Amino acid sequence: MARITMREAISQALWEEMERDPSVFILGEEVGVWGGTYAVTKGFYDHFGAERVRDTPIAENAILGAAIGAAMVGQRPVAELMTINFAFSAMDYVVNQAPKLHYMFGGQFKVPLVIRAVGGGGRQLGATHSQTPDAVFAHFPGLKVVSPGTPEDAKGLLKAAIRSDDPVLFLEHATMYQVRGDVPDGEYLLPIGKAKVQREGRDVTIVTYAKGLELSLKAAEDLSKEGIEVEIVDLRTLRPLDMDPVIESFEKTNRAVIVEEGWKSYGVGSEVAARIYEQAFDSVDAPIVRVAQKEVPLPYNRTLEQAALPQVPDILAAVKEVLK
Amino acid sequence: MADTIAMPKLGFDMAEGTLVRWVKKEGESVNKGEVLAEIETDKATVEVESTASGLVRKLLVDEGAVVPVNTPIAIVGSADEKIEAAAPAAGPKPKAETPAAKAAVKTGPASPTTTAPASAAGPLKASPLAKRVAREAKVDLAKIQGSGPGGRIVRRDIEAALTAGGDQPPAAAVGFTPVIAVSQADESIPLTRLRQAIARRMTESKTTIPHFYITHEYKVDSLLDLRRQLNNMLGEQEKVSVNDFIVKAAALALRQFPNLNAVFQGDKLLRRGNVNIGVAVAVEGGLLTIVCQDADRKPLRQIAAEVRSMAARAREGRVKPEEIEGSTFSISNLGMYDVENFVAIVNPPEAAILAVGAAREVPVVENGIVKTGWRMKATVSVDHRVSDGAEAAKYMQALAVYLEEPVRLIL
Repeated sequence: MARITMREAISQALWEEMERDPSVFILGEEVGVWGGTYAVTKGFYDHFGAERVRDTPIAENAILGAAIGAAMVGQRPVAELMTINFAFSAMDYVVNQAPKLHYMFGGQFKVPLVIRAVGGGGRQLGATHSQTPDAVFAHFPGLKVVSPGTPEDAKGLLKAAIRSDDPVLFLEHATMYQVRGDVPDGEYLLPIGKAKVQREGRDVTIVTYAKGLELSLKAAEDLSKEGIEVEIVDLRTLRPLDMDPVIESFEKTNRAVIVEEGWKSYGVGSEVAARIYEQAFDSVDAPIVRVAQKEVPLPYNRTLEQAALPQVPDILAAVKEVLK
Repeated sequence: MADTIAMPKLGFDMAEGTLVRWVKKEGESVNKGEVLAEIETDKATVEVESTASGLVRKLLVDEGAVVPVNTPIAIVGSADEKIEAAAPAAGPKPKAETPAAKAAVKTGPASPTTTAPASAAGPLKASPLAKRVAREAKVDLAKIQGSGPGGRIVRRDIEAALTAGGDQPPAAAVGFTPVIAVSQADESIPLTRLRQAIARRMTESKTTIPHFYITHEYKVDSLLDLRRQLNNMLGEQEKVSVNDFIVKAAALALRQFPNLNAVFQGDKLLRRGNVNIGVAVAVEGGLLTIVCQDADRKPLRQIAAEVRSMAARAREGRVKPEEIEGSTFSISNLGMYDVENFVAIVNPPEAAILAVGAAREVPVVENGIVKTGWRMKATVSVDHRVSDGAEAAKYMQALAVYLEEPVRLIL
């Protein structure tokens, strides 16, 4: 067990899987000689060589088209998108090809593909490069969508994603690469599609993931000083969505706040809230409150950007609202 | 588009308010920010400002009605626009309710007039969980007063009703009412909301908090001298009272005794990070506790100025909600009535309250010689779950250091 950053945990998972399985290879923009835009694949090119760490043109269609083809014939590609916002240029591959080929070919092909993509706001990258469109991708059956909030989960889930025979979109948050946490050394796998209680409490259930987890844990500390103990359920995977720990927690607290970084409309919070109402209606003691991004393109200006993104005080206010 | 004005929420624990008086009538014009109505909360009478400009098209509640927060009370719009759309969904217009009738609703089966639920809230609202718990416990939701937003019944209300026992008034109601013979000469006075709130809180305090009391006598000759000197230098509107010295002294001493500046929370004690001193102020029909925030960090003159202006507003019934919220320790001073000594009831959720008597010139013995000196008694009432006699006694001694060498208070 070592205390390492999210960046190191992701890097470790990739390195270990490439050492273990020669069919695993990486492709993407600047992943090779440069070592990755966020330095996740630093040193990989020298160690594994140009065959297995492939620099590509700036053409997301080409990256994903090649990766899907390779996956169909037995390789295990890990395609990196510099940001999730560029997935829109290759949308057909992400949502129409990768998730459906196994189904449409009657099981004759598998697509063991991982798409690693950086998402999230907070780095002043402007409206088109700062989005958190996770819910868009989680809409499509056939595509697993994973988004870890701790280094430990990042390692365990990425290794599981690489070994998955289904395509997995693995979302990393741009402001979380420096987050530190204890991560088991060597072989460590976590099941995809399992939510986890990251903090126990009795008064309100916060359902969240990724950046929302970081904010919610901070909010929980503040609330604890006021005698309010929140329980935090980290979804970790958006599809398939694991509601069991959410419902179990909600049946204890009867009140929930859902925290996500994406926009509120048609978002993760909408989905989770609807499922709570469907599955635990008789345990509802107060309307569920969603904390999410303001409904505007994310501003470039730092002050406005921070104002548009969900923050700890928003969570504090939401928790107090559901406790009324 | 007509605007709907709703009963504002003034303070953290306000669930409803009484609409005392409409300042504007239907058909009158009103500007945004102008006073539309006066409402009475548990703690004070407050003016409601209009949040829109236009004509007062419709007043949705009668004077005297008890209205849950966020419930629409008026519609402001232009003369010719249709207002049906802006009006709230059909429901009975909240009617004026005498406090007696309201109390009867609260008392449950014991009272003869309980068939209807609280009429002010319109259709009965309860959370799905509350409905389930009520069904399982065989509790009639119609007899329960909701404490959630808009009067919604939530689980805690059912639990409170169950704890209070089926046929007894819920804990919120005030104590027991002995059976008495009423004669012609007697007069029945409905309780104001302030009186009701005092009755409820003091009953809660005295029946749930185990109090103990420590009385200490202070030499205040120097304090009175210093006050005289200071007031000679200060203008009429700036004068410092004995109580201002006590506020400052009590706050500084609390820094050394954080247990007395705390909230009891069952399995733990919440020590408050700020020392906010509540000062009891007698007002018409009851008393209010105005709050001097961070009194330990404020100069004496500032404490004096703040307490004076807040007390004046409290007496006029114009106090702001934030001025009566958040105290962590209270002081009640009856010195101006020449009271030698008395004991006060702890003001929940605080852990202690200081009751201060008058400074009196009395015979004192010093070094075997009888002479005169100025003395003042004070008694602290403390929640025994939080602290013990020895600690409270040490606090009273710490207070002596400041009160008997008062120059420390202006350092």
